[in-house]
Amino acid sequence: MTSKNTRRFDEVRAGEALPELAIPITVPLIAGGAIATRDYFPGHHDRDAARKLGSPHIFMNILTTSGLVQRYVEEWAGPGARFGSLKIKLGAPNYPGDTMTFTGEVSGCDAAKRSVEVTLKGKNSMGNHVTSTVAVVLP
Amino acid sequence: MLETKLAEQDWMSEVRAMVGREYGRVYAWDEVNAPMIRQWCEIMGVDNPMYTDATYAATTEYGGIVAPPAMLQAWCLEGLHANNYPPGSTTENPYEVLRLMEGQGYQSVVAVNSDLSFERYVKVGEKLYYTTRLDAVGEQKTTALGTGYFVTLIMSFFSEKPAGNEKVGELLFRVFKFSPANAQSATEAPVADAAPAAPKIKRPKPGMSDDTRFFWEGAAAGKLLIQRCKCCGTLRHPPGPVCTKCHSFEWDTVESAGKGSIYSFVVMHYPEVPPFDYPNPVGLIELDEGVRLVAGLVGVKRNEIGIGQRVQVEFQSFDDGELTLPLFRPVAP
Repeated sequence: MTSKNTRRFDEVRAGEALPELAIPITVPLIAGGAIATRDYFPGHHDRDAARKLGSPHIFMNILTTSGLVQRYVEEWAGPGARFGSLKIKLGAPNYPGDTMTFTGEVSGCDAAKRSVEVTLKGKNSMGNHVTSTVAVVLP
Repeated sequence: MLETKLAEQDWMSEVRAMVGREYGRVYAWDEVNAPMIRQWCEIMGVDNPMYTDATYAATTEYGGIVAPPAMLQAWCLEGLHANNYPPGSTTENPYEVLRLMEGQGYQSVVAVNSDLSFERYVKVGEKLYYTTRLDAVGEQKTTALGTGYFVTLIMSFFSEKPAGNEKVGELLFRVFKFSPANAQSATEAPVADAAPAAPKIKRPKPGMSDDTRFFWEGAAAGKLLIQRCKCCGTLRHPPGPVCTKCHSFEWDTVESAGKGSIYSFVVMHYPEVPPFDYPNPVGLIELDEGVRLVAGLVGVKRNEIGIGQRVQVEFQSFDDGELTLPLFRPVAP
């Protein structure tokens, strides 16, 4: 069972802000995230290989970014929310030692589908790592 | 030159002819399974029990554990050995268009968009595969990274079923395939032990001259200084060498009380330039002493900013004290 509540469609309003979520970017998160998503590209787990590519350190893979976006929206929406889409646009890389802070707001409500659109961004010290729109259906 | 140009058009028409092409199935090595799901949730910090708690998952419309939707693509990746796909997978290369462009000097690639959409969640035990369609190759574009082409692939994910395969989701994946504007970053990448730090984006520093230095040094000391003509006493901002009223070159400064009102303002939304926060409100402040200056606004709530709003200066330090800026915060009238 879960102690968490799911947000209901009727209690959500366009313009409502999601609480911020700061995620420390670490070697275990980047390397572990890449392997958990079956992405063995060396730039995501091997610092020497990443440097040969011109990066100062290993950098986060796309599938981990998508996973963290899911987490951010799901923590706000609750376990009963169902994702209809999760669209991301990539920007500045996530390197170890940085922090990515998610902010977001409800950018649309579709009453017929009980679907809520969330527009969000994950910002690190170099700018936006990710900008995203996510659609979730709420009870 | 003419031959070169024709050759370029030749290879590009070969690329264009590939648009719309469909590529066969790429299978997942493993059925959707609880251990891989649990490990994914552990590293991502996802705690929805429908992915890990069988008892809770039994109460949902799926009646059992499902995979997190953002995990969809991961099931069908080849794993440690590149291009090592499970039996039954196509031997075609859905990314052949990128290889063709590499041969023409567009050797670098960066992912731009990853758009997932879901028909439904997938349950433990389902066997997934995807097919790929080369959706689009854009016109040649030059970005900060270099010159190249945006290439869009659409992958359709299916669950294999005896009664007929079911589409479960789709991924629109767009990359920029380009020739780097700054090629040395790839070839002269440092490999020595002295690791370069991740670049830290700092606030742009103001230009400083003998006319303006007092203003920034004042800010560093927590004072908002206004230039004053020693001859006629007229205040002026922005600073300059000559009094606009009496043309005297003699000046000193006076410390402002830091109170004023918003004379005009703008809220920057796009493009988002680091390291600023957005939306980024900037005001033209009319100080009570009579001069106006441009400064950032802080503590301003959206839709609560207006002309005439009373404000008070405060000083904020940026980049470990390298820069101190006067910013203005709304106060009660």
